[in-house]
Amino acid sequence: MSSRIEILNAGGYRSDGRRQYELRTISIDLSPRGSGADGSATLSHGLTQVSVCVFGPREAKMRSQTFHDRANINVEIGIAAFSSSERRKRGRGDKRVLELSHTLKATFEPVIQTSLYPRSQIDIYIQVLQQDGGLLQACVNATTLALINAGIPLYDFVCAVTGGVHSTSPLLDLTLLEENDLPNVTVAVMPRTGKVALVTMETRLHVDRFEEIFRLAGEAGKVIHGEMKRAVKERTQDLVNAMQSVGKAAGTEVVDEY
Amino acid sequence: MIEFTSFRQHPDNFSVKHPEDVDMDMDMDEDEDEDFLQAGSSKITYPGEYLTSSQAFMRGHGTYVDNEDVIASVSGTVERVNKLVTVRAVRTRYNPEVGDLVVGRITEVQPRRWKVEANSRQDAVLMLSSVNLPGGVQRRKLESDELQMRTFFEEGDLLVAEVQAFFSDGTMSLHTRSLSYGKLRNGQLVAVPPILVRRLKSHFISLPCGVDLILGLNGYIWVSKHVKESDREGEEGFDAEAVYSNRNDDIDDSTRMAISRVTNLILVLASHSVPLTDAVLLDAYEWSIEQDAHIKDLLQDEIGEALVTSIISRG
Repeated sequence: MSSRIEILNAGGYRSDGRRQYELRTISIDLSPRGSGADGSATLSHGLTQVSVCVFGPREAKMRSQTFHDRANINVEIGIAAFSSSERRKRGRGDKRVLELSHTLKATFEPVIQTSLYPRSQIDIYIQVLQQDGGLLQACVNATTLALINAGIPLYDFVCAVTGGVHSTSPLLDLTLLEENDLPNVTVAVMPRTGKVALVTMETRLHVDRFEEIFRLAGEAGKVIHGEMKRAVKERTQDLVNAMQSVGKAAGTEVVDEY
Repeated sequence: MIEFTSFRQHPDNFSVKHPEDVDMDMDMDEDEDEDFLQAGSSKITYPGEYLTSSQAFMRGHGTYVDNEDVIASVSGTVERVNKLVTVRAVRTRYNPEVGDLVVGRITEVQPRRWKVEANSRQDAVLMLSSVNLPGGVQRRKLESDELQMRTFFEEGDLLVAEVQAFFSDGTMSLHTRSLSYGKLRNGQLVAVPPILVRRLKSHFISLPCGVDLILGLNGYIWVSKHVKESDREGEEGFDAEAVYSNRNDDIDDSTRMAISRVTNLILVLASHSVPLTDAVLLDAYEWSIEQDAHIKDLLQDEIGEALVTSIISRG
């Protein structure tokens, strides 16, 4: 490998001090964003940070984009100019951004129960705040959380992880440095059934290595699922507690029959 | 905010050699017994969580069936009525039911109908035949009425209405055929999560501070100047001028302050997920007067928390 920094040193540590299969720190914030979004989530994997707002299901803005039997999903991504080490503006028409949003749309269409909301539209707005590798993985995980936060019915979580291979040793959750140097694959799994929602590769990866990395990323997805699940449960519990704290007193006057 | 330092302490915990480790962790909390099936307990779910077998139970909203398993599709609390298992999402858009009182905003004027945005999954429909027309008496809608629909409701107008029925695709149809329904003026709109507005005996509330409230079940709340009963009612006095007027009455400064105060109180309570009822709002108003809190200071975190703590202790 051409870079001067060792990807994996003799002691088995990576450039940021992690072991081969170690994931980066995940932090999840499910508090509302103040923009009136129905659901939102800010998630970071190490130094990669994305913020997602979900609006809907709501009346479709363009009638031509509605389906009579299901909801339309609209994904828009904004990449902040300051998000990467090199300042670069990417407009909404940028090919890479469009490709990313299309990938996300294709990933979530089969997971969201769209048939419950005919003629409506679900808008997913993603803001990339910091980039340090694993952008797609962060977008997928944050979008899952934002959709759950918005109360939109899903068949399951979607949990994504990037895996790569350094000569013969597989690595998980790559940073930008590793991502640039190594063949890598992003895998999104649905943990309940173990179904795979997304596999993408932009580099060449030897076919003999693929299976190993694919399985490894699938397992790592389940670990991430545990964290996401914990965050969702905690947030839900907080909201339920808050509602019940006063609900008991005031509830005496609540009449169910209108 | 959840901080998670993955395998800093045990770097070797996750390895290909022991994938069972991971699986065991996952299974542990999924093997919960079916407590929620007993009444009175509230179980928190997440999407994809196994609830029960579909052979013994029926699936309701917020669940789906896969291989004879009933599985949750939203995060919220499980509710059970006999054999029906449902999950009520903790945050969601408004799910309309016939008879609900809603506050909405006109988005479009179409032939013989208005489209109304009411925080639901699709815009509601208000038919020209479901509004009260000037003249008071019930009569057929004429072509002339159709031509002057914008004199009744224009784009951007706010109104209070009742859910009348549903169309086949699930769109709701509204009606304003009551003197208490119709165009809104003399106040301001506050939007809160719909789940915080419970069904009450009356959704028209008059606070003693000279403020009227309309708690729409769709989470839109109208806070306005108090109107005397005698001015509002009376079949005889129904005139289109007043009902469909776009002009505010004179509102004095103290009423404006009271409206702002109530608005801010609602925002604070909603941000702490406190269900809104007349009693809670009244308590909150009294508290803010007792504390002599300035209207704009109510939105500060410390004051908001003090308010909510006092409301909870009173309740």
